[in-house]
Amino acid sequence: MSLYLVDPMAALEQSSRAAAAPRRERPAPHAPVVELRNVTKRYEGGDVGLDDATLTIARGEFVFIVGHSGSGKSTLMRLLMKETDPTDGIMRVAGKDLRDIGRRKVPYYRRNIGMVFQDFKLLPNRTVYDNVAYALQVTGSSRKEIRTKVPDILRLTGLSTKLHNYPDQLSGGEQQRVAIARAFVNHPPLLLADEPTGNLDPETSIGIMQLLYRINRTGSTVIVATHDVAMVDKMRRRVIELQRGRVVRDQAAARYSGGEPNTAELGAILQEHLET
Amino acid sequence: MKLGFFLKESLRSMRRNPIPSFAAMASVLVTLLVLGVFIPVVQATTGAANEVREKVALEVYLKPDVTEEQIQRVRDRLTNETAHVETVRFVSKEEAYKRESKRNPEAYELLGSNPLPDSFRITPDDPDNIGAIRNELAPTTPSGSRTVVDPAIDEVKNRKEETDKILTATNVVKLAMALLCGLLIIASALLVSNTIRLSLFSRRREVEVMKLVGATDSFIRWPFVLEGVILGSIGGILAILLLAVGKIAFVDPLAADFALISAPETMSLPVLALLLMLAAVVVSALGSGLSLRRFLKV
Repeated sequence: MSLYLVDPMAALEQSSRAAAAPRRERPAPHAPVVELRNVTKRYEGGDVGLDDATLTIARGEFVFIVGHSGSGKSTLMRLLMKETDPTDGIMRVAGKDLRDIGRRKVPYYRRNIGMVFQDFKLLPNRTVYDNVAYALQVTGSSRKEIRTKVPDILRLTGLSTKLHNYPDQLSGGEQQRVAIARAFVNHPPLLLADEPTGNLDPETSIGIMQLLYRINRTGSTVIVATHDVAMVDKMRRRVIELQRGRVVRDQAAARYSGGEPNTAELGAILQEHLET
Repeated sequence: MKLGFFLKESLRSMRRNPIPSFAAMASVLVTLLVLGVFIPVVQATTGAANEVREKVALEVYLKPDVTEEQIQRVRDRLTNETAHVETVRFVSKEEAYKRESKRNPEAYELLGSNPLPDSFRITPDDPDNIGAIRNELAPTTPSGSRTVVDPAIDEVKNRKEETDKILTATNVVKLAMALLCGLLIIASALLVSNTIRLSLFSRRREVEVMKLVGATDSFIRWPFVLEGVILGSIGGILAILLLAVGKIAFVDPLAADFALISAPETMSLPVLALLLMLAAVVVSALGSGLSLRRFLKV
């Protein structure tokens, strides 16, 4: 992103604020966007996805969900997408109880959530342009709207030269940018990213994280589930750590690991010991 | 706008998945070709079998010295009071003599006089009812022999052996054809539905992504159904064209020589074409729509 002469995200921030403010009705100013109360998810066969998890995420926050594989990060994401339902407990998104959303209403609910995945999940037989346009076509947007919005968002994510490429002709980082463009083209109030940098090298990851951070600055709440220690340590945002489905740490402006040093820090400490 | 969008979507997916699309189209094409050949063959065969069955008839011989009045009485009885009678034809002594002497002129020349009685030739409404008519006209007595219901009737005869043979033979032919036809239809339905399912299965990920972006079920389904309709129609049109070419090139020249092929019961080509087309479109559309249901549950 630093390569741009003019910061495109700044333009996006302004335009989206102007466009979103009158349209989107906001309930209470500081009402939580996501609220989980004693949520438990047990899969068939006895595996525990989430165990009595309670957490609140306010509007406009940028939150990392961290934890080992199987700690329940993806379960939390899937619950928020309403791909599965919790076994127990109450979930509210933007003040709405997810239990009240019937099967037929789920698609409409999902249009208010942008979703970014580790494996990008682009439609393989559509061009970059059409992949992003699909998210708008789904909502019944007019052709005119699509023709203006899609090139805009693709320019802002740095893909204007790849409009007519198919996903398999793009690098991983570029594919993830397309996925983010698709997730954000509707300006959703909530953006979920499940291991968005899991398949990318560290340098590309920084670009992706910056993109997510700038989306967050436009007012969208961003929740990122990740393994990426370096990224979390660098960004110093709120961190929620899960362990076997339980919330074991919820800390503002935190590092990836709580008290004990992480691998890199441990290496540094050892190095110091060796030198002395 | 919406229909246009769905149409564009289905055309795109056909362009981008040419092999599964071709497979679905080809399976419809092959199925319709086989059905298109087989349906007229079945019809011609049953038509021929029915024609043979028409020849099954019952002869009611009258006594040698019946009067005109008695003949009329028997005729009334046959036409008005007997069940299952389709046609009644009076065959006079003279007519019978003429016919028989033509068949065997020398024997009848030797005889000199006419030994044949007047008779009625009855055809039943259904060949299977011939026994019932006979029992009505000539009921069996307790002693086992047969009497007749009218004194003017001498004897009621069906050529038993011949009749039985015709009836069983044609029944077997009809049954075999019905069985084959049923098997063929089941096989075709399975072939088409499997091909469709296969091509959808390769795209289940695509459906999953669409659902995660917030597409409603119908929004996802319509392009698939339209695609089925388009592929089915193309397959159907090709099959009908091939059938028409086959009919004009091979069947029509032969029809002059073989009565079987030009049997009047055979469906005309336009009707057959319409039926096949309808089947192709309905099966493909339903096939895609229903097979998709499994993948929509995300």
